[in-house]
Amino acid sequence: MPAGIAASDAGPRELPAWRLLLRRPAFDVGAVILLFWIACAIFGTAIAPHDPLAQQLLGTNQPPSAAHWFGTDPLGRDVLSRVIVGAQSILIVAPLATVVGTVLGTALGLVLGYRGGVVDLVASRIVEAVLALPAILIIFMFVVALGVSTITQILVIGFIFTPLIARTVRSAVQVESQLEYLAAASLVGDRSIRIMFVEILPNVMPAVLVEFTVRLGYAIFAVATLAFLGFGPQLSTPNWGTDINANYGLLTAGYWWATLFPALAIASLIIAINLVADAIEQVLAG
Amino acid sequence: MAIYLLRRLGLAVITLFLLSVIIFFAGQVLPGDPARAILGPLSAESAVRALDHQLGVDRPLLTQYTSWITGVLHGNLGESYQNQSAVAPLLRAALVNSAKLGAFALVVIIPLGILGGVIAALYAGRPIDRVITLTGSSAAALPEFVTGIIVIVILSVQLKLLPFPPQIQPGASVSSQLRSLISPVIPLVFVLFGYIARMARAGTIEALESDYVRTATLKGLTRVVVIYRHVLRNSLLPTIAVIATQTGYLIGGLVVVERLFNYQGIGNLIYHAATAKDFPMLEASVLTIGVVYMVATIGADVLTTVLNPRQRTEAAR
Repeated sequence: MPAGIAASDAGPRELPAWRLLLRRPAFDVGAVILLFWIACAIFGTAIAPHDPLAQQLLGTNQPPSAAHWFGTDPLGRDVLSRVIVGAQSILIVAPLATVVGTVLGTALGLVLGYRGGVVDLVASRIVEAVLALPAILIIFMFVVALGVSTITQILVIGFIFTPLIARTVRSAVQVESQLEYLAAASLVGDRSIRIMFVEILPNVMPAVLVEFTVRLGYAIFAVATLAFLGFGPQLSTPNWGTDINANYGLLTAGYWWATLFPALAIASLIIAINLVADAIEQVLAG
Repeated sequence: MAIYLLRRLGLAVITLFLLSVIIFFAGQVLPGDPARAILGPLSAESAVRALDHQLGVDRPLLTQYTSWITGVLHGNLGESYQNQSAVAPLLRAALVNSAKLGAFALVVIIPLGILGGVIAALYAGRPIDRVITLTGSSAAALPEFVTGIIVIVILSVQLKLLPFPPQIQPGASVSSQLRSLISPVIPLVFVLFGYIARMARAGTIEALESDYVRTATLKGLTRVVVIYRHVLRNSLLPTIAVIATQTGYLIGGLVVVERLFNYQGIGNLIYHAATAKDFPMLEASVLTIGVVYMVATIGADVLTTVLNPRQRTEAAR
């Protein structure tokens, strides 16, 4: 779908956007890593060499070996299997939160950018008050206040993203508002809701797409950080951040594997998304 | 200039007021009863009621807010439920610790970020530029605890160069304090490098394309002189502004980094206050962060205005 949207934007003689994307090595590397984690999330338990939940009390804190490539954790569970299956919870929560934020933020941005005026002024003030605090701190406080259900996490992160995405969409809409096709549409007598969603929206889609990919990286950041602080999504599957929180105290004893491998998993996923986002931005910018 | 500054201060006060309202009512949403949290689950209902009354949390919300904000304006931040002592001294001690960590991070990151950005700009579009830009944006996207753990595993567990968790003894020498701060600072540096480098890069590229730089080059000045005398001075202005806005990210990072390294700063304070439902502590520390952020942004604005004559006249209008 992303390629399709961008393709309609490209001139007739240019290569379609997805071909331009594939030509970028950074995009290819990012996409391969991302697809790897998506595969882990979907087929998790089928790929994992061991049961990620099976405890083995005689084999706790074993260093990496042929039987357990990433070693075992304090309960004797296989770290590699937990890392593979752990892709699932983060790849459910973070994209859903980003979708919530993108949909709401785009709608809000369209209205603010097209209508302007008092609503725009008031909304901008409130956004500024919220932005005076680090986003992760606000998300943390709300999750502490509202409890740690998966739905709460998705909504809180989505709502925090809403004003941020709205700001970007708003400025993209303001640029569009100067263009003649809009004047034509309102002369023809189109209603403003139709103008916003049928005329303007397709033209600001590239900006929305870039915003989505960038925010997705930050959603992963936020979900992982919450889990590390002890407020992970309450799913029965293993979770990278929660595992790190449970095991990092063991670093002083020299048991680094149960902490380092989930950390590297988070790092690789975020970097992959970042590479993809950067490539999309570069291609859309021409 | 004075009018501009007054307007900025006025807006900051309004924003802080909004923030205080948001924090206060968000704090009230936190589930659980403060007295119950202090006395424990087994205490008698009557004792819980009595303590609730003593703490004043059984009054209407608006009354509670007015008395809280009046206290804050008079410099009385209230009493921590958790520690049964005044909030202010605890907050001050934590703030000093965080300031040390934050200042150390900025001292490292500002020259490093600017250097990275200027190099990227001088080689714009070439591989070295892509490497610096992508490294910067990827590092900025990594959660602090992830980079922190990689740092701990390499420097503390494998190479045994730095202590984990860092122990800061009271009255320790400056050099040993700095040594213990090295590991917590690295994740903060990672997060901020990308933003500062990106701003420095954009500013430098703009300056490089300007007429005055072309004139300087055409009149035969060497590249080093042109960059030092004409490019840097103009390119660093926007960078100063962005450094201050990044204070917010820096503080957000502190919560996580201080938790990971068990460092007694304001981030750790907020974490414990939030999990223990210690409202007065939470409200005071979050409001403090808001104030620090405001001061930093306004400070940056003033600095930019002082350094840039064009903006000075625009602001006066």
